[in-house]
Amino acid sequence: MIRARRSPGTVIAMVLGIGVPAAFLAVFFLWPVSAMIGRGFFADGVFDLGGFVEVLSRPRILRIAALTIGQAAVASVICVLLGVPIAHVLYRLRFRGKAVARALVILPFVLPTVVVGVAFRTLFRDGGMLGWLGLDGTLGAIMAALVFFNIAVVVRTVGTAWEGLDPRQEDAARVLGASPTRVFFSVTLPRLGPSLAAAASIVFLFCSTAFGVVLVLGGTKFGTIETEIYLLTTQFLDLRAASVLSVMQLVIVVALLLVVGRTRGGTQRRISATQVARRARRADLPAIVVTALVAAALALPIVALVERSLRTSTGYGLQNFASLAGTGSRNALAVPAWVALGNSLTIAVQATVIALIIGLAASLALSRTPRTPTVRRALAIFDGALLLPLGVSAVTVGFGFLITLNQPPFDLRSSPVLVPIAQALVALPLVVRTMLPVLKSIDPRLRESAAVLGASSWRVLATVDLAIVARPAVAASGFAFAVALGEFGATSFLSRPDRPTLPVVIYRLIGLPGGDNFGMAIAASVVLAAVTVAVIALVERARVGTVGAF
Amino acid sequence: MNMILQASGLTVSWIHETGRQSRSERAIDDVSVSLAEGEVLGILGPSGSGKSTLLRAIAGLETLDAGTVSWAGEDITTVPVHKRGFALMFQDGQLFAHRSVAANVAYALAITRMPKAEQRVRVTELLELVGLEGYQDRRVTELSGGEQQRVALARAIAARPRLLLLDEPLSSLDRELRERLGRDLRSILVETHTTAIFVTHDQSEAEVVSDRLGIMMSGRLVQVGPVAEVFEHPASPAVARFLGRE
Repeated sequence: MIRARRSPGTVIAMVLGIGVPAAFLAVFFLWPVSAMIGRGFFADGVFDLGGFVEVLSRPRILRIAALTIGQAAVASVICVLLGVPIAHVLYRLRFRGKAVARALVILPFVLPTVVVGVAFRTLFRDGGMLGWLGLDGTLGAIMAALVFFNIAVVVRTVGTAWEGLDPRQEDAARVLGASPTRVFFSVTLPRLGPSLAAAASIVFLFCSTAFGVVLVLGGTKFGTIETEIYLLTTQFLDLRAASVLSVMQLVIVVALLLVVGRTRGGTQRRISATQVARRARRADLPAIVVTALVAAALALPIVALVERSLRTSTGYGLQNFASLAGTGSRNALAVPAWVALGNSLTIAVQATVIALIIGLAASLALSRTPRTPTVRRALAIFDGALLLPLGVSAVTVGFGFLITLNQPPFDLRSSPVLVPIAQALVALPLVVRTMLPVLKSIDPRLRESAAVLGASSWRVLATVDLAIVARPAVAASGFAFAVALGEFGATSFLSRPDRPTLPVVIYRLIGLPGGDNFGMAIAASVVLAAVTVAVIALVERARVGTVGAF
Repeated sequence: MNMILQASGLTVSWIHETGRQSRSERAIDDVSVSLAEGEVLGILGPSGSGKSTLLRAIAGLETLDAGTVSWAGEDITTVPVHKRGFALMFQDGQLFAHRSVAANVAYALAITRMPKAEQRVRVTELLELVGLEGYQDRRVTELSGGEQQRVALARAIAARPRLLLLDEPLSSLDRELRERLGRDLRSILVETHTTAIFVTHDQSEAEVVSDRLGIMMSGRLVQVGPVAEVFEHPASPAVARFLGRE
């Protein structure tokens, strides 16, 4: 039998493309996470499920679990209710400044969690712009912050789906006598179903694993499973309970990812998006009002943050920013805040490089369609495994690092590479999701024609795949950099006291109020937010609009 | 003749956006049509001549730059689409894929709050009329192109619209089916005594279905008259060229 000859480059690409990311995930994700989870199943080296029974019968744990699911569910519902009218306005109507409005709506999503936490504290505390609401330290403040973050996910996911729906279906219903309300419920909503389900489950996922923002706003009274894992490990050293909670969270996350995977399958026939946008009608008024109100509400915490950062004991000035050169009142910090910013930038660059190399290798491998079904199935599993870091608690990863990577062959505990590696892991799913669709859309005949013209396998890779993926790679680097810059969950475990990142410094300052510390925390938050926004603005200029759309 | 539909001076313009620039273009320009009760007016014209836009303008789906639409002497220019009591059948059917054949046909009936039992009777009657007996529970995605257009027709005439607008309803079908459905369509329109405007780019189709014929070219209605007269005496060399009677 004569078998079709495979080009040698394909084999090398597959081995490297799968081998390198798989090894990376195995050492820096699966091993630490399973070590952490193993502690829940084994007591003193013996398999024992008693820990589950004991931990899951603690009233506080049950309350936190119910709180996690409850607040995520309510926040998801609110995000969908507010996000759908905004998606309609930003993706179906034609008006001036639409591109700017779309970019502004995703801003909250990319802001570092600690910054958002601090912004809402500033807004709701006594003397803050909304201090009179009495929401400081309540569940309401946490919910508001979760909604603030995740509206962008609904707007982007539902909006891009909506943009691709043929508006003549609505026309058909209207001509048959359906009122605008009936058209929406009988024709539009059923077609938006899959994207609504996808958006809602992603928001639920983000809310139920929220860490930084909940830690800053909830203290010890309110929390999620994620913050509870943090408290149990750092405050009470109860690793067993922490591990049980990690398992619980993993189960929830995997179930949700399965739901997301299912809903993502149902794609509708898309039409060209440019012909869809139309002038606003009277029936659009409620949606426009909702959009305007939500936009104002989204701006409020940012405005409050910036305003407070400029307030000094004698009026307005830059004193808070000047104090970033110091270490705070009562020597709160080991290094000046500016040095922490430098650390953050350096570490984020390192994390970006790692995430980009691993992500690019994985995307190249995943973009090929192998001939044998076995390999194809293996690739599908690999694809799913790459999504996992999105949902597995960053705290679990961080703590897993500490308990596994502290002995040979990987004695990295005191090494400065741990933090960038952990951050790269968190950014990896985003990098793959940005580059993979582009690589998948390359017509294989393009590679074939390059090969026929005499290009070697490596030259094909360089002149076809890499050339086409260059632009999304720039966007992916921007996202990875922004994510790494704001990463708090894993970093809070791993950063050494003498080399803290800016989010760690902000959390430290907000925990030790008094003197200049609160003002410093605010100023540092403004700086961190400004850097993040600048990076994302550059990405948006590259016109690869995928942030928040999954 | 007593005209029940009078549309005069209809003007609609498109805004084209290419990057940051936008320019406006007249899709239909000062078009006036009138229709007697029970009459079928054919509108014939090359593609891009504004035929579909004219139908959408009469239905109320387009924002008018100028012009008025009146029905039985009453100005309905500002009446919203869903309160006009018209129906529009699209070139590609635009059936609701998430509903069964029966639910598609009954869509307008449910809006009129017709009792469920009566709706079932009416749906059966309509499916018989279009030659699709027993198709009630089929999924519309399983139907052939011709069957889909029959369902679309049944859905459009279900609630007995005052005016039926047909936008190239047969043009997506193959020739043989098109001729057969064209004759069916004519007999259904006559049988139900439906007032209709029928848009097409196919001359033989226009001849089979319409009582009177209008010719549209570059956004303007350039000639209207009885079918035979239009074919025999084109109003201008351009019309003659389009009709191939030069």
